[in-house]
Amino acid sequence: MDRRTFLKAGVGAAAIGGSGGMSAPALSQGAAARTLRFVPQANLANFDPIWGTQYVVRNASAMVWDTLYGVDDKLEPKPQMVEGDEVSSDGLTWTFKLRAGLKFHDNEPVLAKDVIASITRWMPRDPMGQMIRAQLNAMTAVDDRTFRIVLKSPYPKMRFAFGKTNTPICFIMPERIARTDPFQQIGEYVGSGPMRFLRDEWVPGAKAVFQKFDGYVPRSEAANWLSGGKRINVDRVEWVVMPDPATASAALQNGEVDWWENPLSDLIPVMRRNRNIRVDIADPLGNVGAFRMNHLHAPFNSQKVRQAILMAMSQEDYMRAIVGSDDALWKPLPGFFTPGTPGYTEEGGDILKGPRNIDAAKRLLAEGGYSGQPVTCLVAQDQPPLKAMGDVTADLLKRLGMNVDFVATDWGTVGQRRAMKNPPNQGGWAMFHTWHAGADCVNPASYNALRANGDGAWFGWPSNQAVEAGVAEWFAAPDAASERAAMAKINRAAMDYVVYAPTGFFLGYTAWRSNVSGIQKGPLPFFWNVTKA
Amino acid sequence: MFAYVVRRVLATIPVMAVVALFVFSLLYIAPGDPAAVIAGDQATPEDVERIRQSLGLDRPYLVRFGAWVFDILRGDLGVSIFTNLPVVTMIKQRIEPTLSLMLVTLILAVSIAIPMGVVAAWKVGTWIDRSVMGFAVLGFSVPVFVVGYLLAYVFALELDWLPVQGYTSFSEGLWPWFENLILPAIALGSVYIALIARITRATMLEVLQQDYIRTARAKGAGQTSILFLHALKNAAVPIVTVIGIGIALLIGGAVVTESVFAIPGLGRLTVDAILRRDYPVIQGVVLLFSFVYVLVNLAIDLLYTLFDPRIRY
Repeated sequence: MDRRTFLKAGVGAAAIGGSGGMSAPALSQGAAARTLRFVPQANLANFDPIWGTQYVVRNASAMVWDTLYGVDDKLEPKPQMVEGDEVSSDGLTWTFKLRAGLKFHDNEPVLAKDVIASITRWMPRDPMGQMIRAQLNAMTAVDDRTFRIVLKSPYPKMRFAFGKTNTPICFIMPERIARTDPFQQIGEYVGSGPMRFLRDEWVPGAKAVFQKFDGYVPRSEAANWLSGGKRINVDRVEWVVMPDPATASAALQNGEVDWWENPLSDLIPVMRRNRNIRVDIADPLGNVGAFRMNHLHAPFNSQKVRQAILMAMSQEDYMRAIVGSDDALWKPLPGFFTPGTPGYTEEGGDILKGPRNIDAAKRLLAEGGYSGQPVTCLVAQDQPPLKAMGDVTADLLKRLGMNVDFVATDWGTVGQRRAMKNPPNQGGWAMFHTWHAGADCVNPASYNALRANGDGAWFGWPSNQAVEAGVAEWFAAPDAASERAAMAKINRAAMDYVVYAPTGFFLGYTAWRSNVSGIQKGPLPFFWNVTKA
Repeated sequence: MFAYVVRRVLATIPVMAVVALFVFSLLYIAPGDPAAVIAGDQATPEDVERIRQSLGLDRPYLVRFGAWVFDILRGDLGVSIFTNLPVVTMIKQRIEPTLSLMLVTLILAVSIAIPMGVVAAWKVGTWIDRSVMGFAVLGFSVPVFVVGYLLAYVFALELDWLPVQGYTSFSEGLWPWFENLILPAIALGSVYIALIARITRATMLEVLQQDYIRTARAKGAGQTSILFLHALKNAAVPIVTVIGIGIALLIGGAVVTESVFAIPGLGRLTVDAILRRDYPVIQGVVLLFSFVYVLVNLAIDLLYTLFDPRIRY
């Protein structure tokens, strides 16, 4: 019995003697062990993984909705809801058969028509989905458990598209829900995943509760990321939203919560000293820091000016500003793809290696035509990694002799202003910072930020044929070697053109109480297999 | 009196109308885009635009304002852009923690600060007076979040007497409810205690110089009776005024306190809504706060008549 429980018992006993009604309704030890209290990275403000594509929504959705395939830690898509598939010899016809016994939380069976409606809603919101839609000839239900996709041209990445971790994930919903316009929010949260969402207990900004779904039939394979048997070992998972990291740290140390998804690196030493807390890298795929320039307007419409930035920037400065002195948490990244993954390449990344050369960068700036115009730098102060990167960039630009217009604002404003294509002095911008989950950067599949298709590209609107040719080559690649070759071409072209400036690769920690076990490292918190003693 | 109360209640209508116009206009011209937040970081500009259209954010100012006012007149504060829940439901979910925090803070602050101020005035110039004033300066100077962290460190982490965070509904028992509010109420109340203690001391010092106090002493009245019956009652009007004004301090302080102690109250709802640009929620909560503030002022005006019979409405 801890000290507070003892005190509570004392106060309760005194109160019972005095008034008979003051003591707390105590949870039994067994009940407490069956509830896992989790502090998520952010508030679960909405619960539609297609409409709102924030990571926190995806993470919660993975408990409630299941997927046709699921990638494992080798990024290989494995059958999840499907029993298997057949592909025609010309690669145009895919026939999928669902596992027997799948049912939704309202106990209705999962049917092929539900899957078709779900894929239809997902396609317009996802880059890979959009590619499937562009090549789609027909998608039909063969019977209740079988559906068929007929394409105009082969699409070898189909299984990966249906099983990837990148947001938006192709979650399967009942047809009546999946018929909702993908740009409208759903109002009913019925899935076929291993946990039910308790809508009545949802207090956005404070709490979200998930209950084990007894009707879920896990696969027989061992759980591995989104694949395998998703066995839930607790009755309830309670998400407790804590905006203040110091509070979350104290709550974990005090045993008021069991698992904190993303502790601040500053607080790690404190937690490491606590023998009841375990700390480890959360996701080996980490994050890629990015400093994005506007290709439409001066000064960054000049390739030489963008190259001057790469020549001068020190990734170590950026990474230390984000993660502090912990060298285990960052790596230099002379490329765009996630380190440690099969397609990682440093092809063309020499400009980011070796000592930084400010003088040469200044000369390149002058050659690029920079003549002192203000550089409107949007910096979201409410996101610590972005603020840290913004401060480093402002210093870098000043050292290069650039005229920095430092716009300190919040993420909501950056989100709006970065979409403006106007010149910087008319409400537009010249640069902003962001970061991408490493899972999104393992290949070009969902790597919007690396695309260079002009108006269709991500904010900054880079336009470069060599990059786009590499992307097309990757999608058509028949084997792993061809994929790697395509990614090397993309990396070289994107680095030469400077689609954006990678500021480095950084990792984050996760922390949990020692009585919790079974936590997997990965791009999202996986609740299956987790046990609380 | 009744007519006065009715007049004052009716007077809240134009006040609320001005607040509504102000809040709506301010949010309209403020930068930020909820569609961009909803769409997420990987969304394309086209996705963001489609979401903006679906939320009706591309409609002209007057159309949006008119629709909002029309809904309010029907008692509908709208639906949150993010959660798809009615704003009224979200406020209902959050109002109990905030009211509880404010109530406990108010009781704690008044019951500590007034005796402190009275004693400081009585013992003016002594170490007691200096200690009270020193505490008041400290209360004003140390930010609420610093007090909160210190309290949580000492009483939750080191001593393990109280929980670090969270809120338990009153319906689950008095102690669980109170247990979660002790530290936040002390943190939030520190500024409030300082404010009330200083005002009480200053007002009491003035009152204690009055002839009727000298007369009471001459008649042999006891010190407690002089201080708390004769002097404090006559010092009550400015003290009550400050307590009322302090409600605004509490509302502002609740935003920070609720974040530090992870209390799911209206303060956090407001901050979250502002950061996400959830316009209907911001508008609803600000209207509610304004309404509460107007009512508090009315209550204070009515309390004057209790403490000073010369005041008539």
